[in-house]
Amino acid sequence: MSEQQGTVARPTPDPLTPVLSDTWDADRSWTLASYVDRGGYAGLRAALAQDPADVVATVKASGLRGRGGAGFPTGMKWGFLPAPDGGPRYLVVNADESEPGTCKDIPLMLASPQALVEGVAITSYAIGCDHAFIYVRGEVLHVYRRLLRAVEEAYEAGFLGKDVQGSGFDLDVTVHAGAGAYICGEETALLDSLEGRRGQPRLKPPFPAVAGLYARPTVVNNVESIASVPSIVARGADWFTSMGTERSAGFGLFSLSGHVTRPGQYEAPLGTTLRELLDLAGGMRGGKALKFWTPGGSSTPLFTDAHLDTPLDYESVAAAGSMLGTRALQLFDETTCVVRAVSRWTDFYAHESCGKCTPCREGTYWMKQVLARIEAGQGTESDLDLLLDTCDNILGRAFCALGDGATSPVTSSIELFRDEYEAHITEHRCPFDPAAAALFDYTPRPARVLTAGVH
Amino acid sequence: MTIDAGPATNGAPAGGPRPGYDAETTARLAADAAQIVARYPESRSALLPMLHLVQSEDGYVSRDGILFCAEQLGLTAAEVSAVATFYTQYKRHPNGTYTVGVCTNTLCAIMGGDAIFDELSDHLGVGHDETTEDGAITLERVECNAACDYAPVMMVNWEFFDNQTPGSATDVVDRLRAGEAVAPTRGAASVCSFKQMSRILAGFPDGRADEGVGAGEPTLAGLRLAREQGWTAPGTDQASTSADQASASAGGADAGGEGAPEKPVTGGEQSSAERKPTTGADVDPGGKAESPGTQPDPSKGADA
Repeated sequence: MSEQQGTVARPTPDPLTPVLSDTWDADRSWTLASYVDRGGYAGLRAALAQDPADVVATVKASGLRGRGGAGFPTGMKWGFLPAPDGGPRYLVVNADESEPGTCKDIPLMLASPQALVEGVAITSYAIGCDHAFIYVRGEVLHVYRRLLRAVEEAYEAGFLGKDVQGSGFDLDVTVHAGAGAYICGEETALLDSLEGRRGQPRLKPPFPAVAGLYARPTVVNNVESIASVPSIVARGADWFTSMGTERSAGFGLFSLSGHVTRPGQYEAPLGTTLRELLDLAGGMRGGKALKFWTPGGSSTPLFTDAHLDTPLDYESVAAAGSMLGTRALQLFDETTCVVRAVSRWTDFYAHESCGKCTPCREGTYWMKQVLARIEAGQGTESDLDLLLDTCDNILGRAFCALGDGATSPVTSSIELFRDEYEAHITEHRCPFDPAAAALFDYTPRPARVLTAGVH
Repeated sequence: MTIDAGPATNGAPAGGPRPGYDAETTARLAADAAQIVARYPESRSALLPMLHLVQSEDGYVSRDGILFCAEQLGLTAAEVSAVATFYTQYKRHPNGTYTVGVCTNTLCAIMGGDAIFDELSDHLGVGHDETTEDGAITLERVECNAACDYAPVMMVNWEFFDNQTPGSATDVVDRLRAGEAVAPTRGAASVCSFKQMSRILAGFPDGRADEGVGAGEPTLAGLRLAREQGWTAPGTDQASTSADQASASAGGADAGGEGAPEKPVTGGEQSSAERKPTTGADVDPGGKAESPGTQPDPSKGADA
């Protein structure tokens, strides 16, 4: 990991490094009083004592990379804003967490919304923004309640509003609820949605840094990225880079779900491995074998037990053929039918495709039909080639990353488990018992009768 | 602006009275809408919350509601409809009092979500996006709701019901239909109605943010382990050490100096036995419920 770079000998961090999650077990952890008790808003005070450019420099030096999946350096993103022209510039927090398997921002905002609000205040100060927006998906009512209250408390305490902490810096924050659309996690679709339109992606360039919300310079950052900023500003870039690897610095929330003994959030330095995390989480349930997993949500190509020791940093996961994404580790054991899993993810992409571009709109629609009939034992020998050909016509040709992501589970699963697909086709049935994969006993109902997509 | 055309979304007969809310309703909602618009630099940004507001009035995005939004924001009914039909949370038919959504995305489906949905569908006699005859429950398949570590997950009016089974899910819907207060696993103390929920989503809080837990067990899984093992982020030890030092110095002469590198021997050098008694605790240790470190400094006057 970091040592192999041979730069500076530094002590190995502990296996888990709670920073964001460090306040989550406090009594009424979501309140301002609790957050301040645990050292909250030290980062904002430190920031306000500096020149905004120095805050940007610190975040750049920390090497913090976007925690929403793409991994773009956060400080560099801030640096792309053009020079002030006297008009407004905006910070928009992407709190539309909805990538299948991703479940870190929502618990963070439920347990510690003030960490996000503090990060918003620091970032806004750094980039010269006086009105920031938190766009949270509408399907998490209590998280929205907590965010509204957190912002209200921060205003009351003078961390937001006019003349923040006597610094002369003004900041308003609006918490905005979405209304159910995965595509709004794409940053330009999010901006269109925030402007009161259908959430469809925009052509880039121009990038949001140049023409974002209301065509003004805008920074769009993920919740975890922004919530990581206060600790970096309070403790310094060197502290942050003492964790993680050379190019994937710092800590991150690793979200383990599925057939694991203790699913949940594990905050660890980047570059940890699934083997280490699984060990901490009590291994696979019932000692069963790991069959496949996603390193960063359903849009990242599947891994198997051959990747247990792949360091979970941006470079290593990419070198192994997938993407670190959102560190959404969905683990499936040997009882799981991979065709069923991929078929259901494809249903999701077809449902969430915004319809703007043809490859994604039509491609996901047809893949859904083909996968459904394979799963139902009604596929044909040519269906696998048809799927791969469809993926080939989506990947790189879609308007945004949704289409590309939709091909990841399909192509990777056919590559890894072609035999299993063929077994569905030649045996005309699914060889798996769905009840064996569930957490409780039940008697599966007869398979649904397909009315579309059947030969 | 005038809007006479547009599809009838509520089945109102054509040629009837001009559609729209009555004057009192319009005035009340317009006051809310003005508050929403004031949150944004440009008024059109208010459209999504205003559609939630309309649902808080009608239980779905009604024709009246579309016209209201259009009039308030200077849009056409077609522009508003185009937005309303894009997002799954906006309902095109009157919704039940409770939207019960079972996650049937891959992970939850495999962990049991499919079985839960089938059980609820049989139990309620309705399918996806259908409402029970009593108007209590609208059943839905929902997509990933960012609670995968609590799979299988069910949402009731978008509150979390974690780690469900077919039995627990049918129990929840039975209690909802019976009018009982039902508590989510992570959320307010009880689920509110679809209309109440919609009003919150329009940005009008109901004062219940402090109800419920901060985190469930899976959220805390890693943190609990770190606490057990004494694992921290680098430098956190130093931070807590300096805090300890601060409290130690604030405590002044911590009688007996426990925690000091070398514990003085009673009667020896630096022993408290060397000095004259200054407080009751000096002569009667444990006799008073005074915590060490908070004893007043005699030199500054005993006013505590």
